[in-house]
Amino acid sequence: MTQKDPKLLIQPGPQLRQEMTTPVVMRDVWYALTPATLAGIWFFGLGAFLVLLASIAGAVLVEWFFSPQEKRRYFLGDGSAILTGWLLGLTLPPALPMWMAFIGGAVAIGLGKTIWGGLGGNLFNPALVGRAFLLATFPIAMTTWTAPGDFFSIPSSVFALPLMQGEVDALTQASPLGLMKFAHKETGFFDLLFGNTSGSLGETSGLLLILGGVYLWWRRDLDWRIPVGILAAAMVFSSILFLIDPDKYPGPIFSALSGGMLLGAIYMATDPVTSPLTPKGTWIFAIGIGLLVILIRVFGGFPEGMMYAILLMNAVTPLIDRYTQPRVFGRGLDSK
Amino acid sequence: MMKALRLPGRALGGFDHGVHPPHHKERTEDLPIQRLPFGSRFVMPLGQHIGAPSVPVVKAGDAVRRGQLIAGPGGFVSVALHSPVTGKVLDVGPHRYSDGTFREAIAIEADPYDSQEFEGAPIDWESLSLEAFIGEVQKAGIVGMGGAAFPCHVKYSLPEGTRIRCLLINGAECEPYLTTDHRLMVERPEALLHGAEIVRSKLGAEEIVIGVEKNKPDAIEMLQRSIGPGQPVRVVPLEVKYPQGAEKMLIKSIFGVEVPAGKLPRDVQIAVNNVGTIVAIADYFQKGMPLIERVVTVSGPGVAYPANLLAPLGTPIRDLLRFAGGLKEETRQVVMGGPMMGASIADLDAPILKGSSGILALTANETGRPEERPCIRCGRCVEACPYFLNPARFARLARARLYEEMAEKYNVMDCVECGCCTYSCPSGIPIVQHIRTAKDYLRSMTRKEK
Repeated sequence: MTQKDPKLLIQPGPQLRQEMTTPVVMRDVWYALTPATLAGIWFFGLGAFLVLLASIAGAVLVEWFFSPQEKRRYFLGDGSAILTGWLLGLTLPPALPMWMAFIGGAVAIGLGKTIWGGLGGNLFNPALVGRAFLLATFPIAMTTWTAPGDFFSIPSSVFALPLMQGEVDALTQASPLGLMKFAHKETGFFDLLFGNTSGSLGETSGLLLILGGVYLWWRRDLDWRIPVGILAAAMVFSSILFLIDPDKYPGPIFSALSGGMLLGAIYMATDPVTSPLTPKGTWIFAIGIGLLVILIRVFGGFPEGMMYAILLMNAVTPLIDRYTQPRVFGRGLDSK
Repeated sequence: MMKALRLPGRALGGFDHGVHPPHHKERTEDLPIQRLPFGSRFVMPLGQHIGAPSVPVVKAGDAVRRGQLIAGPGGFVSVALHSPVTGKVLDVGPHRYSDGTFREAIAIEADPYDSQEFEGAPIDWESLSLEAFIGEVQKAGIVGMGGAAFPCHVKYSLPEGTRIRCLLINGAECEPYLTTDHRLMVERPEALLHGAEIVRSKLGAEEIVIGVEKNKPDAIEMLQRSIGPGQPVRVVPLEVKYPQGAEKMLIKSIFGVEVPAGKLPRDVQIAVNNVGTIVAIADYFQKGMPLIERVVTVSGPGVAYPANLLAPLGTPIRDLLRFAGGLKEETRQVVMGGPMMGASIADLDAPILKGSSGILALTANETGRPEERPCIRCGRCVEACPYFLNPARFARLARARLYEEMAEKYNVMDCVECGCCTYSCPSGIPIVQHIRTAKDYLRSMTRKEK
């Protein structure tokens, strides 16, 4: 009685496989972003949804274009291009012309990622590279904030023809950070928490952003040190300023909930590719971002500083990694 | 009553990092050890331990008895080999090894009419000097049975001025699926304690510590109940975490002491032995039986009837699998040893060896790496490495063939290849394999310089 042996796999160990793979991680982030995204669309209307779609389309198209033909499905399969476009979209003003969002997505992947050698090779967060490009190129459109309005009315600027700015016909309103910086007016706590304020389309709902972050932490996709470090540093720094002059400087709660702070701290700065590898380095990275944000917001020319804070710390990540190697087991013990 | 001595800095909260793979031990942990019936053909490779291969003392056609010496040690770091069965030597020559290569081995055909009863006499260990004891252990062919198969007597040969204060018995068995040490602790606690006492008294150690992962409560209880009055034995329950059974991690968990890089446990006055090794020592001194059989866990979703088998060495892997119900069709891989550090088996007709703790039949659900993707620097490997090395950096440097930099700046030679990094990698990068390549290259370079 002979039965043929099954074809046996020969591979180097370990033989056991775990379920967490890069595509799974990317998809987890999609799920985490969904509630805050839906809230953004709810507050800012269908126009915001179109802006988001344009940004994702730009990112995916460039990823497709620059990946080798036979590996296209594989490259797109990891879901990272969609995520980059999505994250970029969430940082855009809800009434931005779609063609600008599309270019932003394209630049995010093109200049932010593929030019560095693709996934894992880039130094800077791709979504923020896209945003920095848009801010430098279209400074007015990128800082025109609309107030939350009717769900079905789409601002005509969204449909502006390429190379056209379009007229923003929705009610424009300064963002909470702008109000703070230029008028010293503080937005209410609950408006900030639920997202009923003007701002980028995905950054306004603090509560849902935190919820997604907790999900990612629970799935072990997120290095908790980064959001915790950023928020702690930013809040401590702004508390100090607040104590010095409460009329001029915002308090710690406002600092933590306003602008891109939560979106950046939970979803952007935690991009594993552009943050340090070592636990100690991660703390340095996070605290650096927290301090820089407040520094830029309070003393810089822009009302918001999250993007530049993260990009600046991205730039020093290799240096941080080099100087924060952990002590190897059994080495560097004092000889007592 | 003699009080168990406490070594300095004891008992402190385990080791850092490591991974928690599902342990899958429920398949075999409650199954008593069964004796595998003798087959007809046995193959004993001459190099089934670390060190110089054994030197054959028999030739084709010789009649051999079960337990008879068939090859002597080929040097100091080498051990003797004994016939696992009564029968006739078929030949001495190249035979297939489990990895598919041919290696020198002695093939023996069992005598189908023999009872295969082992005949031997106890050895008076109490009167032996340390040197004579070490010689006996080498003569018995005893090697580390946790998987590495390092000759046991070498560990006992201490350089001048070194003293062993504690005999640490490794009952962690942190590899998933394996339950051989577990069953030995439950079924043969007296043999274990007796063997431990022999080694302890010969080395002049003050106490015996047995470290057991907490997922074996019955083993812990059984050992505790079997300790005789006044015996200086402590049983220490350990956190269930891989690689708890790596000897340096075990020492860190129990004593809070880090063995310095490049040093051995004896440098912190500890000798570490696996449970199976100690039982083998007990069998030799109690019954005169050298190392000719061992307990092997046959498990995994690819076999219908998982089992803990007491099998003669040299038995074809196929015989063990057949006893366990044969391979199911969906089996994708057969592994020798544990799934973390074990190796793929290429030839099912190859024999089991002194270091074979398990034969695992895995299906596509457990094995096979995901398609390799670029490193996203997530840091999971960095937080998994129990030696606090930087595996992500290793993979990157190895790909660029910067092997020297891996050694000089990042201490790649400290890696014990436990596989935590590769297991935790979401991008399916064979990090340990890169590290092995680097270590092999660096070792060959140092050899050339000499």
